[in-house]
Amino acid sequence: MNDELRELYQQVILDHSRKPRNYGALDQPCCHAHGDNPSCGDEIDVYARLGGDGRVEAVGFTGQGCAISQASASMMTQKVRGQSPSTVRAMMEDFRRIVTGEGVAENGDALGELQLLEGVQHFPQRVKCAMLAWRALDAALEGK
Amino acid sequence: MDWDAVRAEFPILDQEVKGQPLVYLDNAATSQKPRAVIQALVDFYTRDNANVHRGLHELSHRATLRYEGAREKVAAFIGAASEREVIFTRGTTEAINLVAQAWAGTQLQPGDAILITGMEHHSNIVPWQLAAERSGAVVRHIPLRDDGTLDLEAARAELATGRVKLLSCTHISNSLGVVNPVADLCAMARAAGALSLVDAAQSIGHRPVSVTEIGCDWLVFSGHKMVGPTGIGVLWGREDLLNEMPPWQGGGEMISKVTLESSTFKKAPARFEAGTPPIAEAVGLAAAIDFLEQVGRAAIWEHDQQLTRQARALLDAVPGLHVLGPGAEVERGALLSFTLEGAHPHDVVTVADEQGVALRAGHHCTQPVMRRFGVPSTTRASFYFYNTPAEVERLGEMLLDAARFFQG
Repeated sequence: MNDELRELYQQVILDHSRKPRNYGALDQPCCHAHGDNPSCGDEIDVYARLGGDGRVEAVGFTGQGCAISQASASMMTQKVRGQSPSTVRAMMEDFRRIVTGEGVAENGDALGELQLLEGVQHFPQRVKCAMLAWRALDAALEGK
Repeated sequence: MDWDAVRAEFPILDQEVKGQPLVYLDNAATSQKPRAVIQALVDFYTRDNANVHRGLHELSHRATLRYEGAREKVAAFIGAASEREVIFTRGTTEAINLVAQAWAGTQLQPGDAILITGMEHHSNIVPWQLAAERSGAVVRHIPLRDDGTLDLEAARAELATGRVKLLSCTHISNSLGVVNPVADLCAMARAAGALSLVDAAQSIGHRPVSVTEIGCDWLVFSGHKMVGPTGIGVLWGREDLLNEMPPWQGGGEMISKVTLESSTFKKAPARFEAGTPPIAEAVGLAAAIDFLEQVGRAAIWEHDQQLTRQARALLDAVPGLHVLGPGAEVERGALLSFTLEGAHPHDVVTVADEQGVALRAGHHCTQPVMRRFGVPSTTRASFYFYNTPAEVERLGEMLLDAARFFQG
């Protein structure tokens, strides 16, 4: 295992992938979307519920995937809680910037430990894994 | 056989990836090319390139000789009665689609069945589904037993219905490694009044394949998995059958006479080769056949078996690793498809790639196989005759490392 692999698969990421948080469908979600990577067969379902103030009250997900996609989904469900849909979209853009290595996060604090996934930038083929849950959440909120 | 000398003919293998010598184990997806094939393409474009047929000038004559010479070479390679039975296509997928459109499109009636197997590549499933949709026929399949082999009793039962007009099955499964008893299956189909198509994409470059021994009506394969170029494949069919089939694509080269109202068509193979064909690719394929014939496919198969047995023993020793398909004692194609507890196939492949080992992760275009065995995807290592026991050792070590790392 070289340094780049150890950065990619650091303990926090493996922990989230082995014990994903908020795994499972939500009761009475306001919106839901299915995401998949047809090339690899990975699938994810993301469920969200918005509160009376229009902010994300809860997000859950089901599906199978690699350590990167599962950890990204797990961390995402924790970090988007309490955010408005527009903030979630800004977070997704920020997250995309760091996993592709195209730039730095405008609001890194909001992403928190999701920033640990920046090691993905050394593995361009894995960007779609990291983005899978985010794209599904974005589609879910869009469909709302 | 001096396998080191054979390997030295493949220049691409002599390189480092991520600081380590490349170990290319994605041969079921595509094979690498020997110097002789690369040089054949260079020579053709350097000396002989022109469009084939009807050209009266010297270069067109040469290009035509080389293109038609490739057809004769393919015919001999697969034991065909005549080169008129060899149609060049873009690959296996296009060859199957050709039959699904030209034959199935005119022969199938509502109530007819096309029989495939549970281990087919999507390219041997989807064209039949499309043909069934157009004709009102149905697609049935031979289920897989728990060891990945075909349930032949179920096959007999399907054929006994009398509805099956075509059996289309793979010779060697690209995701399980299962070697199907295609000669028996084709005989069963014939006895039931059905035609048969064999997908030889995974077998043609690995072991002797003869259309007369198999007894099929059509055989399909690609050039690029047998050390040839991409963009060329073959549909072999019985001559009488091919000439009963209507054209599938219209254009130049495939016609006898064209008026503004109607056209008449040439016989096979020209009937099915509309437009400018893959000329250089056919020349490259001929060079690939020469190369394989020099090494000998019986020797290649023996080498395949040794590497696969060695790999199987190493993989079986990795904690939490499960190989799909038949047990270690059964002869199989040169590939192992597996799951590793605690590690998703993508993660395994990324870790392998960082050590210069090229593997493939995913459903391998066989989603029904994944569903049958309850896995979303697998990791696949596939071997060819230029791989070495030392490379298989590196695969084993790398998988042990990955198991330790991901299983904590």
